[in-house]
Amino acid sequence: MKLRKNIATSETGFIFNPATGDSFAANGLATEILQLLKQDRSPADIKTHLLNRYDVEPRQLEKDWDDLVAQLRDFQLLD
Amino acid sequence: MKQRYERPLIRKLNAGPLNKFGSRSEAQAVTHVDGAAVEDLLAEFGSPLFVLSEKQLRRNYQQAVRAFRTRYPRVQFAWSYKTNYLNAVCRVFHQEGAWAEVVSGFEYQKALLNGVPGPQILFNGPGKSRAELQLAAENDSVIHLDHFDELYELLGLAEGLARRPRVAVRVNLDAGVYPQWDRFGFNLENGQAWNAISRIVASGRLELVGLHCHIGTFMLSTKPYGVAAQKLADLAWSCLTQLNTPIQYLDLGGGFPSTNTLKGAYLPGTDTAPSLDEFAEVIADTLHRAGFRPEELPLLILEAGRVLVDDAGYLLGTVLATKRLADGRRATILDFGVNLLFTSFWYDHRISPAGEFSHHTEDTVLFGPMCMNIDQLRESVNLPLLNRGDQVVVHKVGAYNMTQWMQFISLRPAIVLLDAQGRPHRIRQAETVEYLQQLEEVPGHLLPAAVAPTRPATAE
Repeated sequence: MKLRKNIATSETGFIFNPATGDSFAANGLATEILQLLKQDRSPADIKTHLLNRYDVEPRQLEKDWDDLVAQLRDFQLLD
Repeated sequence: MKQRYERPLIRKLNAGPLNKFGSRSEAQAVTHVDGAAVEDLLAEFGSPLFVLSEKQLRRNYQQAVRAFRTRYPRVQFAWSYKTNYLNAVCRVFHQEGAWAEVVSGFEYQKALLNGVPGPQILFNGPGKSRAELQLAAENDSVIHLDHFDELYELLGLAEGLARRPRVAVRVNLDAGVYPQWDRFGFNLENGQAWNAISRIVASGRLELVGLHCHIGTFMLSTKPYGVAAQKLADLAWSCLTQLNTPIQYLDLGGGFPSTNTLKGAYLPGTDTAPSLDEFAEVIADTLHRAGFRPEELPLLILEAGRVLVDDAGYLLGTVLATKRLADGRRATILDFGVNLLFTSFWYDHRISPAGEFSHHTEDTVLFGPMCMNIDQLRESVNLPLLNRGDQVVVHKVGAYNMTQWMQFISLRPAIVLLDAQGRPHRIRQAETVEYLQQLEEVPGHLLPAAVAPTRPATAE
């Protein structure tokens, strides 16, 4: 799973897709995940990182991860 | 130590005009009700849970009385039982001085059981049985006559009674409210009301003490009350001058709105609902100008319900699940639905998270837990990122929900009253399967066989 190369992301959560002209706002965790995806970290690796860092149950994270991925796909932000 | 988790959120930014009302009005956390922690209440009494504030009930009543008594010398409130007939709620209002306004034999019995003296019960409604009429007459309650069949029934009953039943005539009239409420009582403009009054007086068997009207519900204009007060006052004058029958009271009914926001309303209810002071001003001003001498001013009775109880009620609940709908919208499923929150068909109820969240919010549809497509509480509401197990508070649910709620698919939850010190008192237990089973009977042929099947013999 890879973020499209031309997608611009900022540390404050602003995302811009120059191909479509769409812009998005992300909260802290979504921003962090996008940054990690940009670094080519694998989903499993990112999830492990998040479980170590945040107070969250694995199944909650799994559910939210799937939802985020579906959103990214809908917004045409993934390759 | 691990950091606090908030699920990832990404939302598309749409260019367009800014919302002049802002977008975060419902995202404010409400962790306590009258000093009692939502979390503690749900842990002790279960989720969902209705909560009523005794402090707010009393405050509302006292403000209502003040609004009218500072403008008119003779005012009496009669608590509208159908709005919320929990005994504890009724008793709070009766302690404050309210009479009872009931619309069925069942409510009448409740008023008696709550210690209301017979003469302080006003019996409205189109469906009183002969036995109920007799009971009310024997207790010297005032029977608000709704139609000629009832009038003739009572006239027949009165022949065998030691004293004349006291009655009022319910009048429906054109107060400028459309569609006009004409299904209750006798119409004024076509002469029906005068016909009823004349028959009552001519019979000599009933004592006509009052005139009553109830022009509508959730009235957002004060003007019709002025029209109704004027028409009732004129009718009272006619009773005095043409039938030599003084009218002791004029009952303007209820219909005063709470500050809930009606579905489809452009502005929130807090901005559009007139205050009770404004209604009182119109009614009192009209009656003062009606020509009564100060010592002859009729008693003004008001049957306020919703405006006294709505903002004293809360529904606490829990998020069961969140999901995404086919079109990408977020959906949140709560552990209470339209079966408990009947008024969500009328209002866009304010719903607050009961915990602290970040400033990130999202639009979500709120569904109840019933396996029914209609079980939708809010079509779209902007809330923080809720997860399973998070708790929420629904505001202004005190009117009608605890009487019109349904035992449908799920059982009805407990109700708690927070006293003036914020201490919780359970005033209605949560329903159980055993409670529901008590009323059911199974025909004999559907019961298991009386004799248990014999065990097959084993080979020796």
